[in-house]
Amino acid sequence: MDWGPLFTNSLEAAIGPVAITYCLAAIGLNIHFGYTGLLNFGQAAFMAIGGYGLGAAVVTFGVPFVLALLIGFGGTAVLAVLLGLPTLRLRTDYLAITTLAAAEIIRQVLGSLTLEPWLGGKDGRQGFAATVRDLNPFSGPVDLGIVGFRPFDAWVILIGWLAIALSCLVVWLLMRSPWGRVLKGIREDEDAVRALGKNVYGYKMQALMLGGLFGCVAGFMMGVSRSSVVPDNFQTDLTFFAFCVLLLGGAARVFGPVVGAILLWGMLNVLGNFFGQATSGPNPIIPTWIMDSNQSSLVRFIVLGIALMLLMIYRPQGIFGDKRELAIHAR
Amino acid sequence: MRVRATAIIAGLIAVVSAAFLLPASTASAAPAGDAPHVRAAALEPSGPLIKGTLVDETDPQNPEPVEGVVITVEDEEGNEVGTETSNAEGFFEIEVPGSGTYTVIIDTDTLPEGRFLRNEDQVQSTATVMGFDKTVQFPIGPDTRQVAGLTEKILERAVTGVLFGLLLALAALGLSMIFGTTGLTNFAHGELVAFGAIVAYLLNVSGLPVIAAGAIAVVCSALFGWMQDLALWRRLRHRGTSLIAMMIVSIGMAISLRALYQYFIGGSRRVYSQYATPSPIFESLSLTLRDVIVMTFALAILVAVSIALQTTRTGKAMRAIADNPPLAASSGINVDRVVAVVWTGGAALAGLGGFLYALKFQLDYQLGLRLLLLIFAAVILGGLGTIWGAMFGALIISMFVELSTLVIPAELKYTGALGVLIVILLIRPQGLLNRAQRVG
Repeated sequence: MDWGPLFTNSLEAAIGPVAITYCLAAIGLNIHFGYTGLLNFGQAAFMAIGGYGLGAAVVTFGVPFVLALLIGFGGTAVLAVLLGLPTLRLRTDYLAITTLAAAEIIRQVLGSLTLEPWLGGKDGRQGFAATVRDLNPFSGPVDLGIVGFRPFDAWVILIGWLAIALSCLVVWLLMRSPWGRVLKGIREDEDAVRALGKNVYGYKMQALMLGGLFGCVAGFMMGVSRSSVVPDNFQTDLTFFAFCVLLLGGAARVFGPVVGAILLWGMLNVLGNFFGQATSGPNPIIPTWIMDSNQSSLVRFIVLGIALMLLMIYRPQGIFGDKRELAIHAR
Repeated sequence: MRVRATAIIAGLIAVVSAAFLLPASTASAAPAGDAPHVRAAALEPSGPLIKGTLVDETDPQNPEPVEGVVITVEDEEGNEVGTETSNAEGFFEIEVPGSGTYTVIIDTDTLPEGRFLRNEDQVQSTATVMGFDKTVQFPIGPDTRQVAGLTEKILERAVTGVLFGLLLALAALGLSMIFGTTGLTNFAHGELVAFGAIVAYLLNVSGLPVIAAGAIAVVCSALFGWMQDLALWRRLRHRGTSLIAMMIVSIGMAISLRALYQYFIGGSRRVYSQYATPSPIFESLSLTLRDVIVMTFALAILVAVSIALQTTRTGKAMRAIADNPPLAASSGINVDRVVAVVWTGGAALAGLGGFLYALKFQLDYQLGLRLLLLIFAAVILGGLGTIWGAMFGALIISMFVELSTLVIPAELKYTGALGVLIVILLIRPQGLLNRAQRVG
């Protein structure tokens, strides 16, 4: 077992583009679920609109990059309204099912043959990250002592963590404002907030939109870091993994998603690397009849699911959360 | 309590893995082969066969066999594996060393006078052998099949719709029963459906006939549901874990199970060794005897279970618990026992639905995920927790899915059904068969 690369790889993954993407998505979910109590299982849809808004606008229609970002944001806001209008009055579990269904509809439509001339069908859109690439200040690989990144990755990671820092600041400022207190009130007792004369529906819609915008940024991040968007990126598991990130770090905490993303992606990579190494080579540590190298990549997801179950049973508030602030007692 | 519950979850997972390891380890123990079938075949001198019958169907009522045509099989590297000439019945069979992808080439120069391939460019065809005999086709003679008219199209899709709807209803009834009594929105229900299909596949691969494998798989599903309740859900209910937390627990379970399924059967599509390509009894409807039997069987089970739910004491107890668990308990109903029956029965129905679905539509590890939202749609449309609602909703959803392909592209057919789900929640969230109540 080669422990050195195992830990450097995992450390790189823990702060890498994928972790950043999930962190941003979870920051959005934190506004939905952590602060407002909305169980939105359609975060993948917001990410898809962000990614495709950017990708299709730049590649298909030749829109400048910055304008394409605005198109992504606009699309997300429209989606939030369309999704919120029918669903925000529903009970928690119905809301979860409906948003999940909506995300799946969006993914299937985006990947459909009918829209292939514009959105590229199953192959999606590629090569819209040139603007970001051109602005890259790093000319060579970036070596940070223990970990090192290729120039483009380092640039994407720098932008990503700046985006996360800014997002955390925005969430922190908003949630200590009167507006944020109303959201928390809705989470605790909708009727009480209504009795105070607040428009609960309107606040929920604003929360859905705001959280969706962070999901949209996560979609940008995913698209730019991979230089492509394909429909299969936006499957339902994407939302579920983002929920794992949020619940691990702790919902209703500003830094919950950040800690969750770092830990989750670090651990997934430790597991992936460990079992990858244990099953590779001519004489693997684990005999091939128990596990071959294809199967080794699946162990981490088996563990992830079990970990989510145990987390929800024994410590639903996650690492930093407060049990009293968790919107899982509502019905 | 804490340690015990963890141990039980670990035990539960161990049992599930064991259920899979049993057939899977026999499979991987086979030397160099992909399936034990191959190993068994290696003891006898013959491997799997690539076979086919060359028939000129210019007159469909009176097909004429084509004799003396040379067929060659090559492996992936282009080495010749075998060659044969079709006999007086037009039949040929060529032995291949084992599983793999082969190219079957027909020598058009050896076709008798006046015979020609229907599609002249198709002089070779690719055959993927997976441990079993593989049939390849070379249609000969002009295309005399009629292009389906609109009525036929509608009829054909309606038949598929009814079949799919009945299978969906099996799964939906299970979900509806579990929701009705415990209030749990089980996101792992799709994985229960896949469980039946996959256990049956693994048993089938290790040599059992499909029907026996299916029967055992349904029993395994029932056991799996019973154990889940005993080891996990009952404990969570007694701890007072909220329904939303339990729902997220079920998502964790779905993620784990799906990865576990892929671990054992890989990422590609699978078919059972028998009944995979039956011939239709009514050509125009593409309705096969297999489908008729599946439909009748599914319908019989659905009606039997629904009537049992309405008339038996356990059925009545279930409805009492659904209405008010503490009241049911204080009037002498053993709530835990009834819920255990519901989990066992619900999982068995789901497993049966999965097995029958895979019989018709093949299976892969994502089968459950693909069906989950349609099952939800069916249950919500019919009315969560109602007895006949699941069946009713499933038939409407599947008819909608199939018939909508007449106007929208087939790739978007599920999209339409999910749209129906959202619309239903908007205008009648209690479902079609439920009394109006505030659910918003």
